[in-house]
Amino acid sequence: MTTLDIGDNSALRQAIRVERRPKRPSALATTLTFTHRALLKIKHVPEQLMDATLTPVIFTLMFVYLFGGAIAGDPQTYVQFLLPGILVQSVLLITVYTGFTINTDISKGVFDRFRSLPIWRPAPIVGALLGDSVRYTIASTITIGLGLILGFRPEGGLVGVVLAVMLLLIFAFALSWIFTILGLLMRTPNAVMGVSMLILMPLTFASNIFVDPATMPSGLQTWAQDINPVSYLVTGVRGLMYGTASFGDIAWVLVVSAILTGVLAPITMRMYRNKT
Amino acid sequence: MSAELAVEATGLVKHFKDVKAVDGVDLRVPAGSVYGVLGPNGAGKTTAVRMLATLLRPDAGTARVLGHDIVDDADDVRFNVGLTGQFASVDEDLTGAENVTLLARMYGFSGSEARRRASALLAAFELSDAADKPVKSYSGGMRRRIDLAASLVMSPKVLFLDEPTTGLDPRSRNQVWDIVRLLVAEGTTVLLTTQYLEEADQLADRIAVIDHGKVIAEGTAPQLKSSVGTGSVHLRVADARQREDAAAVIERVIGDEVTRPNDPYALAARVPQGMEEQVAHLLPRLHEAGIAVPEFSLGQPSLDEVFLALTGKMPEPEDPENEDWDEEQTEQHTEEEAR
Ligand SMILES: Nc1ncnc2c1ncn2[C@@H]1O[C@H](COP(=O)(O)OP(=O)(O)OP(=O)(O)O)[C@@H](O)[C@H]1O
Ligand SMILES: [Mg+2]
Repeated sequence: MTTLDIGDNSALRQAIRVERRPKRPSALATTLTFTHRALLKIKHVPEQLMDATLTPVIFTLMFVYLFGGAIAGDPQTYVQFLLPGILVQSVLLITVYTGFTINTDISKGVFDRFRSLPIWRPAPIVGALLGDSVRYTIASTITIGLGLILGFRPEGGLVGVVLAVMLLLIFAFALSWIFTILGLLMRTPNAVMGVSMLILMPLTFASNIFVDPATMPSGLQTWAQDINPVSYLVTGVRGLMYGTASFGDIAWVLVVSAILTGVLAPITMRMYRNKT
Repeated sequence: MSAELAVEATGLVKHFKDVKAVDGVDLRVPAGSVYGVLGPNGAGKTTAVRMLATLLRPDAGTARVLGHDIVDDADDVRFNVGLTGQFASVDEDLTGAENVTLLARMYGFSGSEARRRASALLAAFELSDAADKPVKSYSGGMRRRIDLAASLVMSPKVLFLDEPTTGLDPRSRNQVWDIVRLLVAEGTTVLLTTQYLEEADQLADRIAVIDHGKVIAEGTAPQLKSSVGTGSVHLRVADARQREDAAAVIERVIGDEVTRPNDPYALAARVPQGMEEQVAHLLPRLHEAGIAVPEFSLGQPSLDEVFLALTGKMPEPEDPENEDWDEEQTEQHTEEEAR
């Protein structure tokens, strides 16, 4: 039997004693700690920014030059129409990583530790979502920068563009709850990715992002024009960027975001608490 | 022994579909002690610990940790316990220091306090050199230690360790054992699960043996051993060719089945109840039969014999490092403990 010379290990002795137990941190402080964690992960694994940076570039270039001539006569005219929509598309496509990341944390056991802490329960998820908004901001900046180079001219000015991005971030945050639920529900991170993409495809492509739904067959038109919440978002973002937004356009997006969060966040938290 | 209980569980049940993972477990862990939960794969150890650490809600039964109910006062439990799960629960992409600092922040330490706390813990666990390397570059032993360090950020009063040494080499295993002993010396209550009889024997003040979700025996190691029989005889003959002759003599004298370990010189036999007197006659009889016996010992049964008697099957030693456990245990812990 090995016997321990306790006097020998004074560092350990001291380290296991805490002289002063701190007060429990506030919900906000804890959430920000989790946001910090998400940012540290970006710092250590910058590859995960690839999607946030390359997807917008490829999508913008591809659609402007592939379809610009056919759809709008010339790329210049088309970029003016497409850019707000492609911005929405780029950001929404990277929201799928939310579920992927949460699922990875669960399968690695990291979430077990978080769940054993005396903290505000939603903090790990809300903190992660806030961390994701950094990626969305990066993707937005790249898309808009590229758009400006290609000839996009936002009449709404800087204020309009900033407000448009904020509106998009709010919606992305609300939509992410769908992916957190998938992240908690599914068995592997890759399965989460697959299903998330299946959900996003009809939301982004069957919308008013690329073309005016007026040209679509009536069933699809009803979906793309009147039902699909992404179309309302695109209308709001276009309005803010062009400087023509109506109060109604914006309000709709905010209402949809509030409903998504109000319904999905409690479901997420319930699943998170009862996760086995 | 103090009457105060750090953990008190009554009738804990957790079923997953038709698997009765934990099927009515009672545990009473005295404060300030090491309590071992010993059981084979799938016995329900992890499930039981996860319930006690508030990660799983029991289907039935109640448990209190330091007086706090694990369901109703879950946050009080969380504030006072640490958990080191069976699999490392640190973030692979982050560095060791970042992992521990973030946890300290989550407990409410300020930024600079949290960093101090992290560097003190990393130093104590001999991880200072690796503090700024990502955890994915750590060895298995280092991962265990960073995981332990992470569980100690708040100096928990009760620490749950789920199979803390599975897969570790003997040196790392000894380090973990030393840490556990030190924690207990400093007043922490430790509840650890293990598949290794030796580990329970070496560390735990009391042991609960569980199998198929039920506690099948409970007590101190000596108590468990003596519950199986009065003891066992172990001997080695000088000449391997005489082993069978010696076995015949033993069977005649104490009238019990003799077991033949892999060692071609060794023999072992359980001493049945009421035959203790006869053991004294063994050596003279062997001598008369012309069998030289250079090694002879009488001891309590080892914990693996206990396990065999309780469950009808031997626990398989998965860890090759631990394969010598059946030989080295017999002589230890012969002192009786008063109940
Ligand atoms: N989340 C789960 N869903 C379904 N079944 C589960 C779940 N967790 C555990 N089980 C089952 O419950 C039983 C007990 O599992 P548990 O992990 O508690 O055993 P254990 O004693 O920790 O085993 P090991 O030594 O392998 O870690 C097993 O049959 C296992 O398959
Ligand atoms: Mg287990």
